[in-house]
Amino acid sequence: MKISGWSLIRLFTIFVYVSMFAPIVVVIILSFNPMEFASFPMEGFSFRWYVRLAQNQSIITAFKTSLILGFITSIISTAIAIPAAIAFVRYDFTGKNTLNTLLLTPIMIPEVILGVALLLFLRWLQQPKSMLLLIVGHVVITLPYVLLVVQARLVGIKRVYEEAAMSLGANALQTFREITLPLLSPAIVAGMLFAFTISFDDITATLFWATARTSTVPVKILGMLRHHISPEINALGAVMVVLTISTPLLAGYLSRRFARGLESSKR
Amino acid sequence: MKEKRWKPWILLSPSLSAIFFFMVVPIGFIIVYSFWIRASTGADIPAFQLGNYKKFFADFFYPGMLLRTLRISLETVIICVVFGYIPSYFFYQTRTRFKALLMLLLMLPFWISYIIRTLSWINILGESGLINHILISSGILSTPLSILYNETSVILGLVQYMLPFMILNIYVSLDGIDKSLTEAAMSLGCTEWQAFREVILPLSLPGVSAGCLLVFVLSAGTYITPLILGGPGNEMIANLIYNRVIGTLDWPFGSAISVILIGLLGILVFTYNKYLGINQIFKSLGGRTD
Repeated sequence: MKISGWSLIRLFTIFVYVSMFAPIVVVIILSFNPMEFASFPMEGFSFRWYVRLAQNQSIITAFKTSLILGFITSIISTAIAIPAAIAFVRYDFTGKNTLNTLLLTPIMIPEVILGVALLLFLRWLQQPKSMLLLIVGHVVITLPYVLLVVQARLVGIKRVYEEAAMSLGANALQTFREITLPLLSPAIVAGMLFAFTISFDDITATLFWATARTSTVPVKILGMLRHHISPEINALGAVMVVLTISTPLLAGYLSRRFARGLESSKR
Repeated sequence: MKEKRWKPWILLSPSLSAIFFFMVVPIGFIIVYSFWIRASTGADIPAFQLGNYKKFFADFFYPGMLLRTLRISLETVIICVVFGYIPSYFFYQTRTRFKALLMLLLMLPFWISYIIRTLSWINILGESGLINHILISSGILSTPLSILYNETSVILGLVQYMLPFMILNIYVSLDGIDKSLTEAAMSLGCTEWQAFREVILPLSLPGVSAGCLLVFVLSAGTYITPLILGGPGNEMIANLIYNRVIGTLDWPFGSAISVILIGLLGILVFTYNKYLGINQIFKSLGGRTD
């Protein structure tokens, strides 16, 4: 009885995860279909749509926009989240909990609202849509996630390390640079990656803020989808899936390698 | 000690100003704009009147869309709880050596592009998709089933998008429960099922309710899923906002709908926070599984 109950749970878990990932696998399989329409049956295997993709100038431009936007967003978000996390974890002040919740609210506000709101503000300022608007908007969207990751890590860093450095004569800045920052670095990398993937993937708010010249990849995909789903979209989807999965995996692997290297060099 | 008083404020000022100027102030603009009038020429006239709100509640069309949004979100929440609890429980109880692999399974869905995950269902459910292909080529059917562009496919897409949030929230809550509690309950005569029902389930409820709130709020604001997987009758409230603001450029009316949506969700989140505390959600999203 015990065994069968547990195996049912395991079977159900497998079922849930298979149905979650199966559609993605189908996207990747169909991207190799040489036929005009993205449908079954598969009529062979070809890289035709990937070649087409590589020649599509507007997609390449969108890719560049997405990469630059994600990169700048992750740097700004992380740079302003680190001091905020230190303030919340290391200091006591009035209104701390309220302010902490305020900085996390963008998670709970529908992106459509954030999109309309910022656009309305821009309209009032009589400014045209620009890359700056996208950067500002994406910082607001990604900041809470980076803050959460950095805060969680900072809670785990014992204060005694910092106090030890201080008692040995380091000033606040030196302590931060030599002790806190290195200990925090896994969270910083994780936070930046988090910000990058969220920015790279964001669609709803970005639809409000992007122009034809600042279209990101998801916005382009939605535009292509207006007609019908083509193998080219599947190929683009496959590229995006591989990119957004491999980046964190690679970074995780590298940071572990790096941490191990540091440890062994210290011994 | 005196200098310490202003120090946290300096550290906070970049984040606070970003959120204040680019979220709080713009939302204030939405509220102000929702009272304005849109002239027939297309210009927005500053005013203080409730015409936009009256228009929303004038007949059943717009409130109906709001109710549909809430219903779809609620259905998504219920399905996510059922489909999310069991995998979370599996991750909690399993004694595998590959703990890293489990973590990967928890996080992986978040890394896969939302729009790709959503449109991938067209390949499965479409007229020439996988399901219809199997049914027709095996001779069960002669004409394809219309199983795409309806409310079911919208909910399916939403569930696939939201399930990782639910699983993460429940798992983080379960992970904080001492596993010896089950053994203790069983040594006192409980069956394994009773131990689960009387001990583990109640202790994991904070995670379940946090997951429910998050999934509901995120679902209620979805724009892309109904756009890609829904038909003409399946628009949700966010689609209405987008169409009014970007489509017909009716900023005052779009603002009023936004205020109604954010007000409704705000009341929900506020009430939840008052009685249950919202920190559980943030704890999960920060990956605090220690």
